[in-house]
Amino acid sequence: MAELLEFQNVTKVYSRGVLTKTSTTALNNVSFKLSEDEPTIMTVAGESGSGKTTLAMLMLGFIKPSSGRILYRGKDINALRGEERLTFRREVQAVFQDPFAVFNPFYTVDHLLSVPIAKFKLARSKAEAYEKMVEALTAVGLRAEDVLGRFPHQLSGGQRQRINVARALVLRPRLLVADEPVSMVDASLRANILETLRSLQRNYGVSIIYITHDLTTAYHIAKSIMVLYRGSVMEAGDVDTVIKQPQHPYTRLLIDSIPWPDINRRWGETEIKAKESEINDHGTGCKFQARCPFAMEQCAVPPPLFRIHDHQAASCYLHEQHPQIASEQLSELMPA
Amino acid sequence: MKPVLEVVDLQVSYYTDAGRARALDGVNLTLYPGEKLGLVGESGSGKSTMALAMMRMIKPPGRIEGGKVIVGGTNLTELSEEGMLKARLSKIAYIPQGAMNSLNPVLRIGRQMIDAIKAHEPKMPKSEMEERSIEALNSVDLKASVFHMYPHELSGGMKQRVCIAIGILLKPQVIIADEPTSALDVVTQRQVMETIDHVQEQIGAAVILIGHDMGLMAQFVDKVAVMYAGRLAEVSPVRDMFLDPKHPYAQALINSLPSLENKGVFQGIPGLAPALLRLPSGCAFHPRCAQAMDICKIERPELIHMGGREVACHLYTSEAPERIALETADRSE
Repeated sequence: MAELLEFQNVTKVYSRGVLTKTSTTALNNVSFKLSEDEPTIMTVAGESGSGKTTLAMLMLGFIKPSSGRILYRGKDINALRGEERLTFRREVQAVFQDPFAVFNPFYTVDHLLSVPIAKFKLARSKAEAYEKMVEALTAVGLRAEDVLGRFPHQLSGGQRQRINVARALVLRPRLLVADEPVSMVDASLRANILETLRSLQRNYGVSIIYITHDLTTAYHIAKSIMVLYRGSVMEAGDVDTVIKQPQHPYTRLLIDSIPWPDINRRWGETEIKAKESEINDHGTGCKFQARCPFAMEQCAVPPPLFRIHDHQAASCYLHEQHPQIASEQLSELMPA
Repeated sequence: MKPVLEVVDLQVSYYTDAGRARALDGVNLTLYPGEKLGLVGESGSGKSTMALAMMRMIKPPGRIEGGKVIVGGTNLTELSEEGMLKARLSKIAYIPQGAMNSLNPVLRIGRQMIDAIKAHEPKMPKSEMEERSIEALNSVDLKASVFHMYPHELSGGMKQRVCIAIGILLKPQVIIADEPTSALDVVTQRQVMETIDHVQEQIGAAVILIGHDMGLMAQFVDKVAVMYAGRLAEVSPVRDMFLDPKHPYAQALINSLPSLENKGVFQGIPGLAPALLRLPSGCAFHPRCAQAMDICKIERPELIHMGGREVACHLYTSEAPERIALETADRSE
């Protein structure tokens, strides 16, 4: 089975300072695979500072990993040249968080959609380009006559975000990296955008990496999930299992902090031990130990991943009794 | 008990080149001490205008065209500019959206807090001002050392808590929080909301929480007011709102919420929010309403009282008694 995208022990360290180097590990030894044959939706979840945006930047080739390799269809994305690089650029697309900031206010929607078509020479004539635009807009549930010829300020946030998805879609991508695509959109429009993303995966065979801190939407859209904290994988696996029966104390804290729109489910049964902002030293061991209510002595050594079920693994000594797995094996338990 | 806040027939319009947009059209609201109200609606429904109007911070081309905002017996709309300056923060405080970005980056937190007190109590000795600031910081769970820090030394959640601390410095009777946590992570969000909850109890203020996160509303407020196109569609106690919403828009809003049970079902609200410049005739929601009747296109429904709740919908006015009878029959089955 061919891999569409593969992270092999990827680590990203940001360093600063000339004489006294201080470094921050934004991503620590992350491995996963996305299969080429079965398009899927994988969620990468975590708070700010968890490394989820670094992951997106790495995936898009904007920054290079400090160690490890990122392969796209078997080739290192940072070694791609010429034609191959162009194909990579076309097939891997992104949708970002803020639908208000990514548009150039001087251009109409037509411009935004036609530039990529022209750039990648996807159409031979103007009519064909127009057809492609209409097709992409229809796929995201917009009527071409409603949006073409309009300026960004004449569109609602939800429409803009869907146009961003359409822009990615004209290029016929294989992989879409969606970094918090709905966090700035009205709740009533979120459903529409998520539905759009899901139909891309189903009908157009696009794999999606859905990056978010919102586990509610993650649960609804994704098949698998990877929870990051300070650059390390805390828990990963099937989205249903992880969200309904979280095993890592951090995942539990996250899920317990979701304000569920359910009047019978009260907020906050797990106590928040320490405030994130008050922890300066995350130490060398488990990154979560300073905030963890179950912290033990052995947490000073970083815990490996323990496979709890077929489709769930957590990096926590509380689950020591389960078989240990290497981080490269993580993708084996992610459902496609 | 006397209400701490009364909003009576508040009207706000924005005058644009394309015409007059009625951002708030006759909004009435009453709030008692200690009460927490959630104000929800789509973007453009008038939630933030409502907050700004209560603070008298509407800027041209916008104008407050009528109505009263009474806080603890004082009608804010009648105050002079000078009087209003004094009333802000001491009677009614506002925590704006993304408040953490409103801190001055070149001044220490303490200086910014003292500035706020000084504007209201110029004669207070400096030591007392400092004491009060530190007390406020403590009540939002920040260390006294934050007083001497610059904003860039704090995380987003801490800055947001500093803004809450500034908001409660003068113990206002009403606190308006406009999406106070929309830029924060879930765990930090919970801490910030717990902070607001805690200080609100301490000073006995009423809180208006503005936002579109229904989850937050379910967990935090006592009463929910749903706005649509500058008017209140429904005001109900939070339990009733979530278990048995009355207004069709409120129903659609509640149905669109994700939960653990309905995985993979995305039920958006069809159609788009109406443009305020060209509001539909009659009930502004009728083009998107699945239960619209003929009368909805002609006559605008008024807010009517229904056993502790208020709903503006023709389904519940006397013009459609057979409809109500039908519904009750359905339910008894």
